[in-house]
Amino acid sequence: MLDKTKDPVAERDFKVVGTRPVRPDGVDKVTGRARFGADISAPGMLVGKVKRSPHAHAKLVSIDTEKALALPGVKAVVTRDDFAENKKQCDVLRNIMAREKVLYDGHAVAAVAATSATVARKALKLIEVEYDVLPHVIDVDEAMKPGAPLLHDDMITKGVDPEPETASNIAQRYEFGHGDVEKGFAEADVVVERDFKTAAAHQGYIEPHACLASFTPDGQGELWCCTQGHYAIRGFCADLLGMDISKLRVTASEIGGGFGGKTTVFLEPLALALSRKTGRPVKMVMSREEVFRASGPTASTSSRVKVGATKDGKITAGEAEFRYQGGAFKGSPVQFGAMCAFACYALENVKTVGYDVVTNRPKQAAYRAPGAPMAAFAVESVIEELAVELSIDPVELRLINAAEEGDQSSFGPTFPRIGLVETLEATKAHEHFSAPLGPNQGRGIASGYWFNFGGATSVSLNIQPDGTVALAVGTPDIGGSRASMSLMAAEELGIAYEKVKAIVADTASLGYNEVSHGSRVTFASGLATIEAARNAKKILCARAAKMWEIPEEAVEWVDGHARPAGANAGDFEPMSLADIAKVAEQTGGPISGHQEHNASGAGASFATHMVDVEVDPETGRAHVVRYTAVQDAGKAIHPSYVEGQFQGGAAQGVGWALNEEYIYNDDGRLENPGFLDYRIPVCSDLPMLDTVIVEVPNPGHPYGVRGVGETGIVPPMAAIANAVSAAAGVRMTELPMSPPKLLKAINAKKANGSA
Amino acid sequence: MQYEAPQTLDAAVALLADARGAARVLAGGTDLLVQLRSGAIEPDLVVDIKRIDELKKITAEDGGYRIGAAVSGAELGEHEGVRALWPGVVEATELIGSTQVQGRATMAGNLCNASPAADSVPAMVAADATARIVGPDGVRDTSVRDVATGPGQTSLGRGEIVVSIFLPARPARSGDAYLRFIPRTEMDIAVVGAAVSVSLDDEGTCVAARVSLGAVAARVLLVDEGARVLIGTKLDDDALQALAAAASAACSPINDKRGTIEFRTDVAGVLARRAAQTAFERAKG
Ligand SMILES: Cc1cc2nc3c(=O)[nH]c(=O)nc-3n(C[C@H](O)[C@H](O)[C@H](O)COP(=O)(O)OP(=O)(O)OC[C@H]3O[C@@H](n4cnc5c(N)ncnc54)[C@H](O)[C@@H]3O)c2cc1C
Repeated sequence: MLDKTKDPVAERDFKVVGTRPVRPDGVDKVTGRARFGADISAPGMLVGKVKRSPHAHAKLVSIDTEKALALPGVKAVVTRDDFAENKKQCDVLRNIMAREKVLYDGHAVAAVAATSATVARKALKLIEVEYDVLPHVIDVDEAMKPGAPLLHDDMITKGVDPEPETASNIAQRYEFGHGDVEKGFAEADVVVERDFKTAAAHQGYIEPHACLASFTPDGQGELWCCTQGHYAIRGFCADLLGMDISKLRVTASEIGGGFGGKTTVFLEPLALALSRKTGRPVKMVMSREEVFRASGPTASTSSRVKVGATKDGKITAGEAEFRYQGGAFKGSPVQFGAMCAFACYALENVKTVGYDVVTNRPKQAAYRAPGAPMAAFAVESVIEELAVELSIDPVELRLINAAEEGDQSSFGPTFPRIGLVETLEATKAHEHFSAPLGPNQGRGIASGYWFNFGGATSVSLNIQPDGTVALAVGTPDIGGSRASMSLMAAEELGIAYEKVKAIVADTASLGYNEVSHGSRVTFASGLATIEAARNAKKILCARAAKMWEIPEEAVEWVDGHARPAGANAGDFEPMSLADIAKVAEQTGGPISGHQEHNASGAGASFATHMVDVEVDPETGRAHVVRYTAVQDAGKAIHPSYVEGQFQGGAAQGVGWALNEEYIYNDDGRLENPGFLDYRIPVCSDLPMLDTVIVEVPNPGHPYGVRGVGETGIVPPMAAIANAVSAAAGVRMTELPMSPPKLLKAINAKKANGSA
Repeated sequence: MQYEAPQTLDAAVALLADARGAARVLAGGTDLLVQLRSGAIEPDLVVDIKRIDELKKITAEDGGYRIGAAVSGAELGEHEGVRALWPGVVEATELIGSTQVQGRATMAGNLCNASPAADSVPAMVAADATARIVGPDGVRDTSVRDVATGPGQTSLGRGEIVVSIFLPARPARSGDAYLRFIPRTEMDIAVVGAAVSVSLDDEGTCVAARVSLGAVAARVLLVDEGARVLIGTKLDDDALQALAAAASAACSPINDKRGTIEFRTDVAGVLARRAAQTAFERAKG
């Protein structure tokens, strides 16, 4: 059991934690040696490719694979017939391979394994699919209307009382809040109410999905893939293929970005099924086009937000309705959106409602702080407008209402120690806050919140005979976590960072590890690493005690050495970790520390972002000229990688705010499945993204760590919208604020002004 | 697919003329390879022209410059002479892609790819450039305007290769400029492109002008009315306003994922005006 009262963080004097050493995977990555998903090969390997639906919505009448199978070089084809019905994974099963219907442009209908990519591509053309095309729906508001094309005949909205009698595209309704919002609005001097829309954005990871699957005749499977969670992939695949979990071993490759998008299966079960059928290893790699059409972007949304406040800036009520479409299956992140929307504020009266809606788009996957950024965009835009109407500085207005320790959150629980106020104060104190603006420039500010998660974790730490340490964690390293884990192990053991080598172990080597998501890795795997090190230290002390022939309790671990706990214990020369390790064989065998737990106590992280944007009033082009991201990290284990997370969130937020969007044509086909027309920011689009790390220790972690991976994408869209609106003199309520949209708004305002 | 890299022009023409099935010229390949990889085209023969020496040269001719079809954007950008005479054409060509793409991409390839949004083409049209074409029937010169006939379509006959682009001589006190609109800062396709070339008399009055627009119609446009409203003026506000109006009026764009009709029409006027101002400043010296 972890004793949370030990190690008061504030008093702790860290030796290696907080320094910025080079990451252990750095050299491999900059020299091209690192092996990503597509970099592994096996003897006799086949190439797998997927045939995808060109229709947004259609009945899958028949699939004829005969001609494809007759093509020399084609070894197998799999379709829906190769996967058994699976009640538990019913949606995942239908997403990886269409069954009764195709539900979006790009939906997989068959997969082929052949001796070369050329043959595989030819084979795809020879697979004959008969579709019965159905009307489709792409927009979330359209999908909610009565009479909209129905994706699932049996979808009865949950969370509504009484239960609806007819099916709809609304999977579930959520509601959160407390108090009486009507009463609150009645007390307000000013009320602002607005409608908002956000487009679907893709995580934009540079590495496409890739895997290599190998199935032996005796039913053992091996899978190599790029993923944020190989244990989860193992679970999905074993279930979909009907095999024992222990017979499938999954190894996570290096990963070229995931941001939540690599937390589920797409190709992996297909590659395994093809390998099982052919008895040969099968490699599959998505093209960029496939990534856009058929992996998991985030939801597009529509919302309405209403906030009231008194003249002196006290918010009296906040109310919001969020409608998120999450693609062809239930599970949009609207619940999180509705929970996070007002999390920054201590409100007496608050109510949020969320609708989870299905449309003919690819099933959404997580994207950094799933659901929260869209809600924050809407709420923080309204807060900004309220500040303008009340003539109160936007940071002041937030400070007046900021949530603090002991406040009840808008979604229920009471906050423990949190750091929103500290980020607001740091923002105010920053030189950027009062820097002058140039012509056509505007400044925007917004705050954001994300819960952060803990979860199942298993870590193993082995002390080697030469006094170095091998650390095995089960959370793929998506942001420098091997460096952070090594720092924490080194800190705890009192040895140099260079003496620790961290790896991401395969699924056979450790107990179950939750996916690297929810900003949980540095917190949960870090916690387990610290505990594993503490367990190892107990053994190290015991071995010293044995050598000194004194009781174990009489030995303590200080500064990397076992030493007698006091004068009474005896007079012995302290022994270093290396001294004890060297003779471990004679004192009882190898020394290891383990930790297996379900981590709780993940501290939430708040952020406040401040951005200056310049707008060309004649073309509607918005350019970010200055950016400062302030966020609470609890304790920054490796400050550079913490800053990297802040910057990454801001950069992705700039794209989402200004240009990124899924564009569908009238037939429901994706028009921009590539980086040319799905416009993530390029380097020259961004100024230096400044960061400020605020450290309000998380009481749930021995070093005070809070996860930082997700909160950083929550405030940017609102901050940028506030800046653009200030610069252009028009309130922008739709993302992306692309030039045609912004110019139209500017021109409309001009026309109104002169009329 | 057969790949050939002949060392003479004759050999290249012969290969292309004799090809069974579809044949393509490969210059920098920055369009062609993308199209090959995506499966958009499946040629039977690809003829690489980068080994042909005469296509790798920039030569002074009649006070102007002849630019070989295999000269990359980066090489063009390093040529002092062309930079001084036609800065707008050079800046347009240098906008193509990124540093990596610049090492490969050619003006002729940009022209022959026949995209209405090609960056160097409006600048070449404003410069009144000609393309020299060699084919099985010999040599011919044609205005660059007449090479692309529609998106992805050219007037080149079977076996014909553009071997060079000729940028003509121009009077002293002349200047040109090219501007494009993209939502990002680089690595994007022009939503609108505008090129303006002007010549001034000793008083600074515009005596000759050419205005060209990209990405606002199926082909790059030459906007005669835009030139007419500049000639005889010192590019005062009224003249620039008239130019903007003429440019917008000439547009017949489409609504697509890159921009709306309304947006392209508006911005064409804005960019034509801004490009004219830069061309004017350059002409004044
Ligand atoms: C990342 C990236 C960014 C890009 N950015 C831009 C941009 O900003 N602006 C822009 O305009 N374009 C851009 N492009 C497109 C491309 O780079 C340009 O069109 C370039 O000028 C093409 O030249 P090339 O020499 O590479 O042509 P190739 O790819 O070699 O050829 C293009 C076409 O022309 C034909 N062709 C080439 N040379 C001849 C010839 N001499 N005679 C007859 N036919 C010929 C080819 O058969 C082919 O059909 C970009 C491309 C990439 C990959």
